[in-house]
Amino acid sequence: MSVKNFILVCGGTACESSKANEIYDAIVKETKAQNVMDDVQVVKTGCFGFCEKGPIVKILPEDAFYVNVKAGDAREIIAETIVKGRVIPRLLYAEEGLPKAFEMEDIQFYQKQVRVVLRNCGFIDPEKIDEYIARDGYKALEKVLFEMTPDQVIQEMKDSGLRGRGGAGFPTWAKWNFSKQVQSDQKYIVCNADEGDPGAYMDRSTLEGDPHSVLEAMTIAGYAVGANTGIIYIRAEYPLAIQRLQIAMDQARDYGLLGENILGSDFSFDIEIRLGAGAFVCGEETALLCSIEGQRGMPTPKPPFPAIQGLWDKPTVINNVETWANVPVIILKGGKWFSSIGTERSSGTKVFALTGQINNSGLVEVPMGTTLREIVFDIGGGIRNGKAFKAVQTGGPSGWVITSEFLDIPIDFDSLTSIGSMMGSGGMIVMSETDCIVDVTKFYMDFCVEESCGKCAPCRIGTKKLYNILNRISKGQGVMEDIAKMEQIGEAMKKAALCGLGQTAANPVLSTLRYFRNEYLEHIAEGKCRAGKCKELVRYVINPDKCIGCTACARKCPVNCIAGERKVAHTINNNLCIKCGACFTGCKFGAITRL
Amino acid sequence: MAKMTLEDLRKLRETKKSDLERRSLEGKDIEIIIGMGTCGIAAGAKVSLEAFLSAIDAAGLKNVTVKQTGCMGLCYVEPTAEIRVPGMPDTIYGKVDADTAREIVETHLVKKKLVENHIFDRPAADVIRN
Amino acid sequence: MIDIKINGKPVSVPEGTKILKAARMIGVSIPSLCYHKDLKPWAACGICVVKVEGSPRLVRACATDVTQGQNYITHDEEIHRIRKTVVELTLSNHPQECLTCGRNQFCELQKLAAEFAVREIPFERNVRPLPVDASSPSVILDPAKCIQCGRCVQVCQQLQDVWALEYLHRGEGTRLAPVGELPLNESPCIKCGQCAAHCPVGAIYEKDETLTLLKAINDPETHVVVQIAPAVRVAVGEAFGLPPGTVTTGKIYAALRQLGVDTVFDTNFAADLTIMEEGSELVKRLVEKEGDLPQLTSCCPAWTDYMEKYYPDMIPHFSSAKSPMMMQGALTKTYFAEVRNIDPAKIYSVAIMPCTAKKYEIMRDENMYSSGYADMDLVLTTREISRLFKTAGIDFVNLEEQEADSPIGFYSGAGTIFGVTGGVMEAAVRSAYYLVTHQELKDVTIKPVRGMEGIKVGEVDFKGTPVKVAVAHGLANVKSVLDEIRAAKEKGLELPYHFVEVMACRGGCIAGGGQPYGTEDGTREKRINGLYRDDEKSLYRCSHQNPDIMEVYEKYLGKPLSEKAHHLLHTHYTPRPAYKFKDDSGVKLWQEAAGK
Repeated sequence: MSVKNFILVCGGTACESSKANEIYDAIVKETKAQNVMDDVQVVKTGCFGFCEKGPIVKILPEDAFYVNVKAGDAREIIAETIVKGRVIPRLLYAEEGLPKAFEMEDIQFYQKQVRVVLRNCGFIDPEKIDEYIARDGYKALEKVLFEMTPDQVIQEMKDSGLRGRGGAGFPTWAKWNFSKQVQSDQKYIVCNADEGDPGAYMDRSTLEGDPHSVLEAMTIAGYAVGANTGIIYIRAEYPLAIQRLQIAMDQARDYGLLGENILGSDFSFDIEIRLGAGAFVCGEETALLCSIEGQRGMPTPKPPFPAIQGLWDKPTVINNVETWANVPVIILKGGKWFSSIGTERSSGTKVFALTGQINNSGLVEVPMGTTLREIVFDIGGGIRNGKAFKAVQTGGPSGWVITSEFLDIPIDFDSLTSIGSMMGSGGMIVMSETDCIVDVTKFYMDFCVEESCGKCAPCRIGTKKLYNILNRISKGQGVMEDIAKMEQIGEAMKKAALCGLGQTAANPVLSTLRYFRNEYLEHIAEGKCRAGKCKELVRYVINPDKCIGCTACARKCPVNCIAGERKVAHTINNNLCIKCGACFTGCKFGAITRL
Repeated sequence: MAKMTLEDLRKLRETKKSDLERRSLEGKDIEIIIGMGTCGIAAGAKVSLEAFLSAIDAAGLKNVTVKQTGCMGLCYVEPTAEIRVPGMPDTIYGKVDADTAREIVETHLVKKKLVENHIFDRPAADVIRN
Repeated sequence: MIDIKINGKPVSVPEGTKILKAARMIGVSIPSLCYHKDLKPWAACGICVVKVEGSPRLVRACATDVTQGQNYITHDEEIHRIRKTVVELTLSNHPQECLTCGRNQFCELQKLAAEFAVREIPFERNVRPLPVDASSPSVILDPAKCIQCGRCVQVCQQLQDVWALEYLHRGEGTRLAPVGELPLNESPCIKCGQCAAHCPVGAIYEKDETLTLLKAINDPETHVVVQIAPAVRVAVGEAFGLPPGTVTTGKIYAALRQLGVDTVFDTNFAADLTIMEEGSELVKRLVEKEGDLPQLTSCCPAWTDYMEKYYPDMIPHFSSAKSPMMMQGALTKTYFAEVRNIDPAKIYSVAIMPCTAKKYEIMRDENMYSSGYADMDLVLTTREISRLFKTAGIDFVNLEEQEADSPIGFYSGAGTIFGVTGGVMEAAVRSAYYLVTHQELKDVTIKPVRGMEGIKVGEVDFKGTPVKVAVAHGLANVKSVLDEIRAAKEKGLELPYHFVEVMACRGGCIAGGGQPYGTEDGTREKRINGLYRDDEKSLYRCSHQNPDIMEVYEKYLGKPLSEKAHHLLHTHYTPRPAYKFKDDSGVKLWQEAAGK
């Protein structure tokens, strides 16, 4: 006898604390009371990441999605939804100002997503070309080779409105068109797979999950601009992606989808892989080309732009993995279809690697124009441990913090630019009140110091100077003049650094100085770190009035710096304390204060 | 294999598409898809894969296809596995360690019931099929 | 033509002109640091940033082509502030050792700091304690002073195709070093010194040996003989405010004597001698078919070093003639010593050269000791001798001109033009024509080998025998000529050339690594014209006409290529590894990296 309905009760910690257990018990009891226990399985699930509205109950296969459920609702859920198959409108989720949603499709991790780039990730076996083909793989190439002229291909790309996903958002068709216009005996198609933002792994996952889509796209571009050679520049730290690309290329060659006279046409195209050594700056296209040429990966001035004079001075189309992965679908479903997704000037979707203080960290793909609030709170399930949202850092170390006042701004190229931020490649790091802005900025600057190529003076010297100042501030050794100095250095970097990396490397400093100046001032003037992340500024003390001498803190302390007899108030020796905070979180009586 | 012509490719695509559909006719109607991106593997997806295979053998199930795929995006609950059983909702389980994998085979595949505490989501809408 | 505005002032410039150059055309000078006219814009320093009206971003004037209709703002408060900050940032990582630095008063960073009135460095100082590399006999690397402008690396890799210098590490850890972190002398460095000539600060400089000369002069027992190279006479004046190209031969002789030098000779004499030897060798290969063609010149030590390291298969093509300096040195301690009855052991032979590689050449192998002593004891560059003249309080500009000493001091115009690209070829053709045809050329000006083209080819009619010649300068230009020869040899095709002249430095010795700072094509042309003018004014235009040359053969050497000439005036070449590793560990690493 098989189960007809499944009742899923969210069992995440947040929902548990909002009495999910009681609801679970009540529902189980009701299934027995109403004698449907054989038809129904009540299941505790993992966290749906929608804890704000918890506890959550979901009923399959109806897909009824109930929020803020109470134990008292159990009887009605069984009686109405299970027995009679009716939805209970009162319990449905509704966004403010919108009619209540019937189905959960609108509010789940996946259901707010539109997976174009990631269409095959999680569906097909990336090591089997047949599975890709079965999902209309290489059908776009087929169409291009036998039904379209190069100009039509570029027109289709133009209609799609696709803009480069590497960060700057340059129209893809225009790059292709520049290269096409140049007369040259040799042209190149390059895939930039040198993803390097901390916390970003969109391109890596795409290549691991769907390598053929990139190969197909590059071949299409080769046909459009008149190139016969493609190069994938991928960092050597991505071994699985490299392996799967290699397998995919072998299979494609075997099938005649790469190589001479593809599918019997007179078009030939092949692709090779070049491994990068993992320098962040090699994601900058001119540095990437230097690296392919065997030189030190350092940016060169633009113009000349690579599309006109790139690899070995030949016209070179460079797009990143995510941009490429869009191409076959655009050709297959049409530029118009693609441009119907997203906003007018930013069509399509964007993949983000959502990380930081967020419940559902992961890879998400949303239509352009989705608000940051939807990404953070609906898809991402809100801030971890119910803490307050502080800011989101987009665009990695080149990015700009976006504060809560901008949560409702649509995420697209132009809106982000209008608030001084940038799309970046898709890293999205969420910060909560537990993050110290100085500490986070110091982290980014440390990254930039490490990854500056060392070519131009403003970046090479400026990043290190900024880091040193931040480091001093985080240790309580900052002085008021430091703020002006950071702004002076930041301005010089922004205006006088050679490449995108250097010009934006000061952004974390400049943006946090704008939005979180007070936190800097607190560190400098008061020697205080409100988040408790700057260890040199933190001190833990035990309030003797509250301490009952349970010894829990002393047992948790890893360096044995807490002294005191049982049932007598304890004390912390701050000379030995390493500020790990174990005592603070371990005290059940609120007797320990962080100063 | 010899290089394909346009006709060959079209034929292959049709065959493979119907293969996917015919899978159920051949009795292989249950699918387990394991997220084997770097994130999944790092979180232990290879161990889970082994556990699935041995549990399926132990249960004597002949109608199960186990395959790998890339990252499903649910990185906070890796390793992940999608289970497709006829008559049951397509389900994505997260935090699938070896024990959970065995439990999924015993409970979800054999007993046709969902496994507690590991359901995280359902698959996304598919732009290719729609 | 492109119409643009600089600070609102209209100007029309050719397409592809950089903003920096366009601005200079209307008298607006944009400050810059890494930019050098010899090189492609490297765009590292960030000083030359300018505004494009209507755009929030600043662009580098050195590297950005002008765009039709654009107005460029080159100076305003914000630009000044940013440039000054960049200078301050650069200074914060630079040792403040200006007073003891080799580039004091000639330093381009120092100049910017002065112009921007930097009175304090507001940023935390970070000067890295990097060791000085003094392994090379020619130049010294002081990477702590390096400002990472990229010039030396570009010169070494792009202009010279040597690849001895590279940047190591990244970010603030970036530092200049010989490839593979070898000591410079064990790297592929050919000692041309172009890195030192292009360095804007004191990070690479010639090994200063001025005191060694003074010590020798001060020793009453020692007879100090000094010879001056062709290119030196058109450059020393620059240190005393004379325009480049001013011929100051007689003043240099006088200044050397005022320093206390005993005998003053001229390398130009030995240049004439080189033509006799090398020309005869060419005739032998050409007419008597003895030896490989084409013949390659060998008077540039940086070039011979390059060839031994990178093109050892070309060794049979090399003229075995020593460089003029070494010939002069060999004759000084033999012929001159005999004629003047001086103990050669007491002669201290010094050359004033435009070149840092010459410091290395005097000890390159046993043939440099053909007189039984070190044929040459010391080489000073133009920059060093200029400093010495200054410290000796010599009023150079107002000196009375003097003559060189004899018997090996008199020279023809052919010897003079050894200092310019194409000059050795021109001098050789003038005399080889005579040696082959026994007639004098009517017009001794060989136009096809003159000028600044990187590779010049031409054909000279030796009375029915066409002689095909090629001239390359700037070592990166040599590669294609040599590859052409190599390919023809391998395929058994007709040889593309009979005689090839190579000089390592662009423009020839007049722009050598030891010449005054700030050399660019404008300077080069002025110095070249100076030497050509000197040639035109010469009593004799051809080496074989030089009476002193005839005399030295008559009295001492016999005839060109005689046994004595061979012993004193010729040398040989051997393949050398580009990388000298102390043990084979480096070689192994190298091979592993190359996957062998």
